[in-house]
Amino acid sequence: MAFSLMAALGIGILAWALAALGLEMFVGFILPLTAFLVFLGGMIWRVTTWARVPVPFSIATTAGQQKSLPWIKPSHIDSPSTKIGVAARMGLEVLLFRSLFRNTAAQTINDEGGPKLVYWSSKWLWVFSLLFHYCFLMVFIRHFRFFLEPVPFFITWAEDLDGLMQIGVPRLYMSGAILLVAALFLLLRRLRDPKLRYISLPADYFPLFLVIGVALSGIMMRYWFKTDIASVKELIMGLVTLSPSIPEGVRGSVGGMFYTHIALVSALLIYLPFSKLAHSAGLLFSPTRNMPTNTREVRHVNPWNPPKKYRTYAEYEDDFRDAMAEAGLPLEKEPAPGLHEETAQ
Amino acid sequence: MYNARYIIPGIILFVVIFTVPFWINICTPEYSRPELVLPAEKDCIEPVEYMRAEHMRILNEWRDAALRDGKRVYIATDGRQWDINLQNTCMSCHTDKVAFCDTCHDTNSVTPYCWDCHIEPQTAPAAGGAKQ
Repeated sequence: MAFSLMAALGIGILAWALAALGLEMFVGFILPLTAFLVFLGGMIWRVTTWARVPVPFSIATTAGQQKSLPWIKPSHIDSPSTKIGVAARMGLEVLLFRSLFRNTAAQTINDEGGPKLVYWSSKWLWVFSLLFHYCFLMVFIRHFRFFLEPVPFFITWAEDLDGLMQIGVPRLYMSGAILLVAALFLLLRRLRDPKLRYISLPADYFPLFLVIGVALSGIMMRYWFKTDIASVKELIMGLVTLSPSIPEGVRGSVGGMFYTHIALVSALLIYLPFSKLAHSAGLLFSPTRNMPTNTREVRHVNPWNPPKKYRTYAEYEDDFRDAMAEAGLPLEKEPAPGLHEETAQ
Repeated sequence: MYNARYIIPGIILFVVIFTVPFWINICTPEYSRPELVLPAEKDCIEPVEYMRAEHMRILNEWRDAALRDGKRVYIATDGRQWDINLQNTCMSCHTDKVAFCDTCHDTNSVTPYCWDCHIEPQTAPAAGGAKQ
């Protein structure tokens, strides 16, 4: 964990230092564009790698009754047998994290007869994951005000909804605050439970620290260490038109927090395809979610099986017909009459 | 590749969605930072860098001071005293909301809620009494 924390902090501080040393062009232009290309290329590589892997068995996991006899009521979404059902299950998984909703927690309670192990439904992880992902989406959408001119109406709508409470000026965006709180929950969850801490690796902490760093630096820039957003927009519009410019308002250490933010986002983009964060695409490749539960209707053939050599009963009978006829065994096709008479004699 | 008929369109969709800002900006006129119409009077209540970064916070504090605490005097860092009043102090120099406020706010999609209560100045102030 300390390693992950140092890595994330290091990226942020290094970006600030590089900008202060006059390398704004690297941190503000080359790095984000490179990161974006690595992200695009990396995701395509990741997805095509997955797509080349065959699925040997039908391993759809079900949480409901499979389609069976007509008088047994099937569960259309939890155990779908049609493509529409699979799409519904996948869509609900993507949008509502249904499998996380079934999360349980084990706990020992002291009963009259001594300690007793109980399992109970635990929704906290589901709640905070949902908050985390949707707030991140909202933050992501809101940022497109820097990438587009004129700013499309739906971004203004998103901002109005997000700043609905009209707390302070600049308006508090609820998504930013909730994103930070939810990310901190996900971090504390790993730290609080000894069992979970034991199985947590740097690869679990690093993305959390990156996200927390991104959220913190963004919040800092908006509410405390004010960054000149007119200059930020100029820089980003230069970025998306591939005509680099470093406006005066974000030159040197004045834009330190901005470069920290940019560098952490770039690190997140580079890291995304090669880490657990690729679950964004991986979810769609989960055989347990994307295979229909139609094992009784459709035979799933393992694609890596070599072509099967079949020997049909007809071929078998062709080989042994005479011997079988001689032994008086029943035959599908009687032997040719001439031969039959010969053997009969 | 298995399921190529789902995966290849998916990859294309992913690339198109994520590169949309590049395509849109290539097809539209080049962006240039909007030019502010600055007032003739250069002496604002605080230095210009401070105002650029913190004007929204000052306005928010002024709102609270004037309307909630009934405090109507702002003492600037250089000791001068100003009447806490958006329309009579700020807008006596920054007369043109469209040319001054909106220029930056619109391009950066900033929609302050000043005008939820205050009545927006409708026309250019050249004609006397344009401020309503």
